[in-house]
Amino acid sequence: MPKMTYREAITKALADAMRADARVVLFGEDVAVAGGVFKVTPGLYEEFGALRVRDTPISEQAFIGAALGAAITGLRPVAELMFADFIPVAMDQIVNQIAKYRYMSGGQFVVPLTIRAAQGAGAGFGTQHSQCAESWLMNMPGLKIVVPGTVADAYGLLRTAIEENNPVIVLEHKVMYNLAEEVPDVLPHVPLGVAAVRRAGRDVTIVATQLVMQRSLEAADALAAEGISVEVIDLRSMAPLDEETILASLEKTHRLLIVEEAPHAGGWGATIAALAADRGIYLLDAPVKRVNMGGALVAYSPPLEDEVVPNAKRIAQAVRDLVAE
Amino acid sequence: MTQHALAPALPLETRQRMLRQMLEIRLAEESIQGLFLENLIRGTTHLCIGQEACSSGVAAVLQPGDTVTCTYRGHGHALAMGLSLKGMLAEMMGKASGICKGKGGSMHMTDASLGLLGANAIVGAQLPIAVGAALTAQVMGTGTLAITFFGEGASNIGAFHEALNLAAIWKLPVLFICENNQYGEYSAMHVTTPVANIADRASSYGMPGIIVDGQDAEIVYDQVKAAADRARSGGGPSLIELKTYRFKGHSRTDQAPYRPKGELDAWLKRDPILILKERMIAEGQLDETEYEELRSALERSVHEAVEWAKAEPFPALETLVQDIYYEG
Repeated sequence: MPKMTYREAITKALADAMRADARVVLFGEDVAVAGGVFKVTPGLYEEFGALRVRDTPISEQAFIGAALGAAITGLRPVAELMFADFIPVAMDQIVNQIAKYRYMSGGQFVVPLTIRAAQGAGAGFGTQHSQCAESWLMNMPGLKIVVPGTVADAYGLLRTAIEENNPVIVLEHKVMYNLAEEVPDVLPHVPLGVAAVRRAGRDVTIVATQLVMQRSLEAADALAAEGISVEVIDLRSMAPLDEETILASLEKTHRLLIVEEAPHAGGWGATIAALAADRGIYLLDAPVKRVNMGGALVAYSPPLEDEVVPNAKRIAQAVRDLVAE
Repeated sequence: MTQHALAPALPLETRQRMLRQMLEIRLAEESIQGLFLENLIRGTTHLCIGQEACSSGVAAVLQPGDTVTCTYRGHGHALAMGLSLKGMLAEMMGKASGICKGKGGSMHMTDASLGLLGANAIVGAQLPIAVGAALTAQVMGTGTLAITFFGEGASNIGAFHEALNLAAIWKLPVLFICENNQYGEYSAMHVTTPVANIADRASSYGMPGIIVDGQDAEIVYDQVKAAADRARSGGGPSLIELKTYRFKGHSRTDQAPYRPKGELDAWLKRDPILILKERMIAEGQLDETEYEELRSALERSVHEAVEWAKAEPFPALETLVQDIYYEG
């Protein structure tokens, strides 16, 4: 099987989507001639031309709103928001317009648009370029949200997002762009709303995403040597949420640890914990635990930035504590 | 920038249509005010009485495939584009047969089949959406136009600047039509805005800024048509400022006590319906009897639509969670 990076998978997904459907257009800051700040879009301007691949001014409200206007009139726009921290700059268009446009018109429109943004800490960008955005957006019915955590998913989720007849926010983890993994020769589409069990286990279920999902797998390796068997679920899709895969895992393990790259209050883990309390309470042998950023923000200094996002050591310790409950 | 004082003489049929539309809008708005007082319409509403020539003059420029986004003061835009009075009134009363199935209400009149892509309750948000509609027209080469209405107050919000800038960079077929009704909510324009004309702002985007008498439907048509022709043929966007006046307060509860004495009276003399009516009478195209007959007929149709909407059922409760996502 060939190796591919997370970045290359996204580029390929965009190119394949644009070849497959002439209605797909791509725009954002520096995505055309420069090939993107994260170099995710090189070659697309050359292949698809200035009509379909466009640089925008630094105007997130305008081009995210334009994506909506284009989507409801027949295009299938893909807008790159660069850093996910810029989502609040366009928040009105995302939550008041894009999420509600179909609903408040009584179903008159389909809104086939995709917004891509790079999120997450670990690259030294400081506190306004390192946040994760899914928890902000999950409170907004009308949006679909995906968080690819593997190379194959970076391709497959984006292909599905672009073909979806609803707005989809694709949050890529910027530290994972260089992640290289073996992938099948033909990369499949990945459905929205379906979690993946990345590692099967008996003793504890970890629910995680992206970077902290990869770190949970590291922790699971270490814990296996201690005789603790960990099941790791990669949510992949925050909306819709795959509740059944989580509940099925709890039937086996009876213990739940949620690992988030997010602050504690209002973090997406609270929604998973509520699911366990509601539909899974009789499956549990121990309290639900969360490992996350607590009340902290992402800091610039390397040791501080390393400290804020849960690492394999913290995750492993949380599992040990949970098994001892 | 030019001030165009002379009205072109439009064909009789166009004048008749405009007069009828403006009267229908006026009568519908008056009736809507009454329905609020009866609590049959809830929340808030924003009447466009006094601004009818803006809706009617612009609507006459539209061709099939053109799109419009507009403001929450949008009943006039919607009716001028052909939205059914029944669908609109039922929507305001929250009925299942409302144009948005009761999900939208007074501030969200939308009829995709007419190209009416929605009235917006967030000031300025409709401008970027129109830019996107114009992008579709450009990419697909349809030759169609996107029009967006906004008030002078919206020219102070960031979305205005971003939208005009982006549209100008991409030379998109979009017209930014400012209905300057002199007041942003309860505040007079001079309190919030350091320029005398919103059209002056066009120079920041390298696009034409055109000041138009917004009380004269024929002048509105003429000036908007010229900008529309330019946009359709690849000449890019324009900012058009229609100088008009809100005869009523901002919303349901506002009696507009902040207006200087005599201001309203001066503008009432420039009632857009009277301007066209008197011109047609002067040119022998209309007499008072015909006008009164038209007015009575429209009053009857508004009354019928109101009674029909009152009798319509509310939506079934299960529709609450429908139309959030497209299923399929």
